[in-house]
Amino acid sequence: MLNSRIPEGPLEEKWKKYKANAQLINPANRRNYKIIVVGTGLAGASSAASLAELGFNVEVFTFHDSARRAHSVAAQGGVNAAKDYKNDGDSVWRMFYDTLKGGDFRAREANVYRLAECSMSLIDQAVAQGVPFAREYSGYLSNRSFGGVQVSRTFYARGQTGQQLLLGAYQSLMRQNDGNNLKLHTRHEMLDVITINGEAKGVTVRNLDNGEIVSHSCDALILASGGYGKIYYLSTLAMNCNATAIWRAHRKGAFMAAPSWTQFHPTSLPQLGGYQSKLTLMSESLRNDGRIWVPLSPNDQRPPNEIPEEERDYYLERRYPSFGNLAPRDISSRAAKERIDAGCGVGPMGNAVYLDFKDAIKRDGEKIIEQRYGNLFGMYQKITGTDAYKEPMMIAPAAHFSMGGLWVDYRLMSNLSGLFVLGEANFSDHGANRLGANSLLQACVDGYFIAPSTIMDYLAEKSPVKSPKMDEWDSAVIKSKSEVIDRLQNLLTIKGNTTAEEFHKELGQILYKKCGLSRNKISMQSAKNDLLILQKRFYEELLIPGSTNEINFELEKAARVEDYLEMSILIVEDALQREESCGAHFREEHQTDEGEALRNDEEFKYVSVWEFKGNNSYELHKEHLDFKFAELKNRSYK
Amino acid sequence: MKLELHVWRQSGQFEKGYFEKHVLDDLDEHMSVPEMLDHLNTKIIKSTGSPIAFESDCREGICGQCGFVINGDIHGPINGTTTCQIHLRSFDDGQTLFIEPFRAKAFPIKKDLVIDRSAFDRIIQAGGYIGVNTGQASEANTILINHELAEKAFDAAACIGCGACVAVCKNASAMLFTSAKVNHLSMLPQGELEASQRVTNMVNQMDEEGFGSCTYTGECEKICPQGISITNIVDLNRRWFWK
Repeated sequence: MLNSRIPEGPLEEKWKKYKANAQLINPANRRNYKIIVVGTGLAGASSAASLAELGFNVEVFTFHDSARRAHSVAAQGGVNAAKDYKNDGDSVWRMFYDTLKGGDFRAREANVYRLAECSMSLIDQAVAQGVPFAREYSGYLSNRSFGGVQVSRTFYARGQTGQQLLLGAYQSLMRQNDGNNLKLHTRHEMLDVITINGEAKGVTVRNLDNGEIVSHSCDALILASGGYGKIYYLSTLAMNCNATAIWRAHRKGAFMAAPSWTQFHPTSLPQLGGYQSKLTLMSESLRNDGRIWVPLSPNDQRPPNEIPEEERDYYLERRYPSFGNLAPRDISSRAAKERIDAGCGVGPMGNAVYLDFKDAIKRDGEKIIEQRYGNLFGMYQKITGTDAYKEPMMIAPAAHFSMGGLWVDYRLMSNLSGLFVLGEANFSDHGANRLGANSLLQACVDGYFIAPSTIMDYLAEKSPVKSPKMDEWDSAVIKSKSEVIDRLQNLLTIKGNTTAEEFHKELGQILYKKCGLSRNKISMQSAKNDLLILQKRFYEELLIPGSTNEINFELEKAARVEDYLEMSILIVEDALQREESCGAHFREEHQTDEGEALRNDEEFKYVSVWEFKGNNSYELHKEHLDFKFAELKNRSYK
Repeated sequence: MKLELHVWRQSGQFEKGYFEKHVLDDLDEHMSVPEMLDHLNTKIIKSTGSPIAFESDCREGICGQCGFVINGDIHGPINGTTTCQIHLRSFDDGQTLFIEPFRAKAFPIKKDLVIDRSAFDRIIQAGGYIGVNTGQASEANTILINHELAEKAFDAAACIGCGACVAVCKNASAMLFTSAKVNHLSMLPQGELEASQRVTNMVNQMDEEGFGSCTYTGECEKICPQGISITNIVDLNRRWFWK
C-alpha cells in the first residue's frame, strides 16, 4: 500500500538517476498545467517561484496579509550545507550520517542523502538572491557549529537567517507575481482538498476578509503549510501556525506519518505566567559559546552570580563530555527536564536552567560576543528586562518543530495522487529528531530543487485539466463548498461560553503534561480520555462571536482549534503505539539505566503511517525502513 | 495592574471610526500588549460583544505583522521595538492608553486595528529582487563580499515590513522601507546590474501607491524596530539621480 518509490542503485546515484529519468514537459505546454501552492513560507514561496520560472501556471494561497509574514521568518540560527569550507572533514556522506543519526535512524536513507546532496546548491542560490550571509574579513562565507555535529557547516545571517532566506524566496515569488505565470492570493485560508477519483484536483478556500468561499481546480496541489507545534499552545511558533491544511488533506485520505514526533527546543525562554500566549525562542547558536548549568543542590534561591563555580552543575558537559553544550536538541531538552524535575530548576516558576556567557566573554571579550549574538542579547533584554552580558540567561524547553506530518514518497507526493507536501508539513527527512539548521534547509531544498523535478515528472503523464470534466468537477465543488460552509456555520451556532483560545490552552496543558517531552502509557491513556472529553465540550461550549461573512479572527481560530483537537487524539494514539524511545519520542518505559532513549530496532524500525477512518479512529500502516548504506548504531553523544 | 484603554473601532474601510473605552484592573505587568488585547477580547466575547480585530503573529518582533499607535507613539513607548515586544511594565499603573491603527493613505484600515499594507508587497514586486532563477547560481564563494559590506547589506535587509516608518512620517512616506530594499540589493555585486532599473521601478511604484515625499526629518530611523538607517535614503537619492 505504501510505495516509497526510492530509485534503485547506490545512494549517491539515486537522485541523479531520478532526475535523469524524470519526464519533461515542453516549455510551451507547461502553462497549460495549473499548480496550486498553499503556504508562502520557505517551501511554498520557493516552489511557487521555481515552478513559475519554469513556465507552469501557479496559483498561491496564504492566510497571511503578506507572503513575507510566514513563520520561516522567525528561524534564527542558520542553514546547513556540506560545503566543507572549513576543511574540517565535512562531506555529503558525513552530513547524511549526522542527520540520519540525529533522527535516531527513523528516516529514509535516500531522502536524507538527497537533502545533504542538494544543500550546497541552496547556499549558491541564496547568495545569488542577495541573502547577506555572514562573511569573513577576506570576503569568504563564514560558518559556525550547531548541535549534534562536530563540524562547522552552518551558514548564517546574524540571528535572522530564516528571515533573510524567506525574504529571498518571497522576493523571487513577488518577481513572478505578474498575473501571467503566478497569481498570489493573500488572506485566503485553505479549508478543504477536493479529490476526484482519488486524485487531488483542487482546493476550497475562504477569503478571510469577506468570508467568501471559493473552489479552485488544479493539476497538482502543493501543501507547504508548515508545522503544528502550536498544538501545544505554548510553543515557539507564531500565533496563527496551524495544522488545518494538512489535517483537512488527511481527512480526505492523505496519510499522516509519526504525528507524535514533536521536537522540544532546549533554548526557549521559560513561561512566566498564565496569561502567556507563546514562548520565545533563543537561537541554538547561543550554545556555541554559552554554558548551560543549574545549581548543584535543589531549591537554591541565590542569584546566579552568587553561586560559586563548585556549586554549579554543568549537566550537559557532565553527561555528554564529547558534545557538551552542543548535544542535540532532544537530548538537551530532556536533560534540562531531568534537572528541573529534580528540583534544581531556576527562575520564578522553577522551570528554567541557566545559559551562561561569562566564560566566553572572559575569553573573547564582550565585543566579539556582541557581534555574534548582539540581536539575541537585545531581544532577551527586551523580553525579560535582564542584561545577559552581566548575568546568565534563563532558558527552558518548548514545543518547536514537527518531525511528523503528511506521509510522502521519494517524490514528496502523498498517497493521494497529485498532492505534494513540502517543508515542515511533510514527514520525510528528520526522522524522530531534527538537527539544528536542517529545517530551513529542508524547506528550501524541497521547494527549489526537488518539487520542480518531481512535479513535472508527475504531470508529464497527465493531460492538463484545462477544462475538467465539468459535471464531475461541478458536483465535487458543490459538495466541498457546502461541507465547508456547514462546518463553519455549525461552529458558529454552538454559542456556548468558552472561547477557542481557552480550549486551545487546555489542549496544550494536557499535551505538555501527558504527551510531551517524555511519555508513558498510563499518562497517555489518561490524556486520551481528557482529550475526548475536551473535544466533546468543544462542540457543546464553544463561543464564537460575529458571522462568517466578515473578518472574524475568532472563527478562524475556532476552526483551527477544532482540527488541533482531532489531531491531538491521533498524536496520543501514535505515541502510545510506539513501544520504544527514539529521538524526541521518549517513552519512560523504554530507557537505559543511565536514562537514555532505548530504541527497539527489531520491532519498530518503521514509520507509523495513519489512515483516517472517521470518528477518532485510524488504521495503522507501516513503512519499513531499510538501512542498506548506513550502519544502525546506538545514538551516543557521550 | 490597572489600565484604562481607549481602543479604535471601525467596522470597515469606509465606516466611521471611534474610540471605545475599556477599564481593565486584573492585568499583569509582564503581559505584552497583544496579550492584553487577547485578555480583553476574551472578556468582550464572553459578554457577547464584538472583539477587537487586530493582527499579531510571531510575537517576537520579526514577522512585522503587529503594530499599533499607543498614545501617539508608533508601536508603543519604547523606540526600536515592535508592539508585540512592549510589555505592560512600560506603562504606569492606572495609566490611560489610546490604541489606534497605523494611519496612512496607502494603508487603508480594514477593521479596527487591522490595516492593508499590500502596497509594500507591490513595491517589492516592482523591483525588490535580484533576477535570478532557480538553478542559475554560481558557486557561492566565487562572489567575494567583504565583511563590512556584508554587514551593511544585512543592516538594510533586516527590515520587517511593519510600516512603522510610514506611520510615523508626517508625509506618510515609504522612503525608509523602499530605500532599505533598494540598497540591500544594489550594494551587493549580485544586485548591481539591475540597480538602475530597480530604483526607478520601485520609486515609481511607491509614488503610485500614494505614499508622500521624504523631507528627511529622521523620525522613521528613530522608531524603526530594526534600526534601519536613513543613510539608506541618501543612497537611494544618489542612485535615483545617477541612474
